[in-house]
Amino acid sequence: MIELKNVSFKVSNEKETLEIIDNINLKIDDGKFTVITGPNGGGKSTIAKLIMGIEKPTSGRIYYNSQDITDLSITERAKLKIGYAFQQPPRFKGLTVRELLSLAHGSKLPVDECCSYLTNVGLCSKEYLNREVDTSLSGGEVKRIEIASIMARDLDVAIFDEPEAGIDLWSFSMLIETFKKMAKERKKSMVLISHQERIIKIADEIIVIADGKIRDRGETSEIFTKLLGEFDENCGFRGKAGK
Amino acid sequence: MKNIDEHMLQAVADMHSVPTGAYSIRKNGEGVSKNSTENIIIEQKKDKPGIDIFIKPGTKNESVHIPVIITETGIEEMVYNDFFVGEDADVMIVAGCGIHNSGDKKSEHDGIHRFHIGKNAKIKYVEKHYGEGEGTGENVLNPVTEIEMEENAYCEMEMVQIRGVDSTVRETTANLEKGAKLLILEKLMTHGKQYAKSNMVINLNGENSSAQIISRSVAKNDSEQIFYPRAVGNNVCRAHVQCDSIIMDDAKIRSIPEISANHCDAQIIHEAAIGKINNDQLIKLQTFGLSEEEAEEVIIQGFLK
Repeated sequence: MIELKNVSFKVSNEKETLEIIDNINLKIDDGKFTVITGPNGGGKSTIAKLIMGIEKPTSGRIYYNSQDITDLSITERAKLKIGYAFQQPPRFKGLTVRELLSLAHGSKLPVDECCSYLTNVGLCSKEYLNREVDTSLSGGEVKRIEIASIMARDLDVAIFDEPEAGIDLWSFSMLIETFKKMAKERKKSMVLISHQERIIKIADEIIVIADGKIRDRGETSEIFTKLLGEFDENCGFRGKAGK
Repeated sequence: MKNIDEHMLQAVADMHSVPTGAYSIRKNGEGVSKNSTENIIIEQKKDKPGIDIFIKPGTKNESVHIPVIITETGIEEMVYNDFFVGEDADVMIVAGCGIHNSGDKKSEHDGIHRFHIGKNAKIKYVEKHYGEGEGTGENVLNPVTEIEMEENAYCEMEMVQIRGVDSTVRETTANLEKGAKLLILEKLMTHGKQYAKSNMVINLNGENSSAQIISRSVAKNDSEQIFYPRAVGNNVCRAHVQCDSIIMDDAKIRSIPEISANHCDAQIIHEAAIGKINNDQLIKLQTFGLSEEEAEEVIIQGFLK
């Protein structure tokens, strides 16, 4: 279980201080498929980065299975089997897809295992194994390799930051199936940051983050309907057409 | 062979034992063993240090190994090696120089390699430079490479300086005739207070000749690197020059790719970039459980691969 206790994250410049995360208290239970959603700039990615250790909270503590991990480095958290798929994954000159997946796995991956991860994210494995993860790959391809790299790891907590971004419609259905499968096989937690209805729908739980705070949280069936209603009100377009 | 010799030969020429085929091994200023084959003949030069390597026309799938090792401190030498590659030949040439300097004197190997590549011939040349040793004496390597390429000749060169070379000045010139194709891949890593300079002039003289020059380097600590590759288009031709460097610590890098055209159908492009290791790359590998140092090493190794 991951627990954020009174966690805040602020950034300051000469003119002002921005509160990205504002005193959040949050528990993410084991074995759950949790989706974090909410408007852009609300602090979703920051929560993921705080859990992975990429950002450190300005105040508050983070616990993992009752261990205080607030001061642990990214590497130490990775060794506790926490993983994070970037929203915009970096590229690596000279590093092949197979090498990257092997690094994720922790040892050299057999070809067939590599292929199965790539197939799961909709990439023809034979074509990609020995390709370099450099600018010759499209954004969507890099993104799918990023998801495959998370699958290649043995994780207790897998966090995905907008995995749907840049992925074409055909591969998307396959990705949904892959997430469903991962959620089923996984004993521990999956946390997905997403705006995608089809991803939100397969979650066990939804957390809505806005303005650095938890605006709402609950079971998918309950929150999802609420969310749709809320957008209606805010937007005010629905039902007005033709009037 | 002593352990040091074996280790050096492996580092510079991937040799684990005496190679099959033609070879010449030079150690501490003199040739220690050589072997010719029916198609590849190696002869000692009579007027100056060095060898002539004659590759008969049509020779296919053979290789030549000509490593140089220096294990004594204070050796300074200038060696002339000439390669005559016959028409239609297709061979691999592995050179390289390793210095193990455990003394306090400078050890220096200056090699002048001249390639005469015949019509339709194809060569792959691999050259690795490496230095080590617990002494304070400098390891210096100054290679000069001259390449003459006849019609439709193909030449691929991989020139690598792995580590431990205190000072190097590399001079490369190539003249390409009609349809000749040259690919140069230069990989360099400097550390400590090392200095490396690479000057290159590629003259594309023949119609439809082409050249690609890729230079990848990593400069660490207080080291300094200067790249000055020049592609000169004198005919209908294509050339691409690319210099890509990772800079670390207090290192200095100058990259000056120059392109010039003396013909209106010459198409020449250059790219150059210097930058430090991207932070996102480091973070990504740390999320796999690698330490920052391990992540850095993976990125550098990949970049220089």
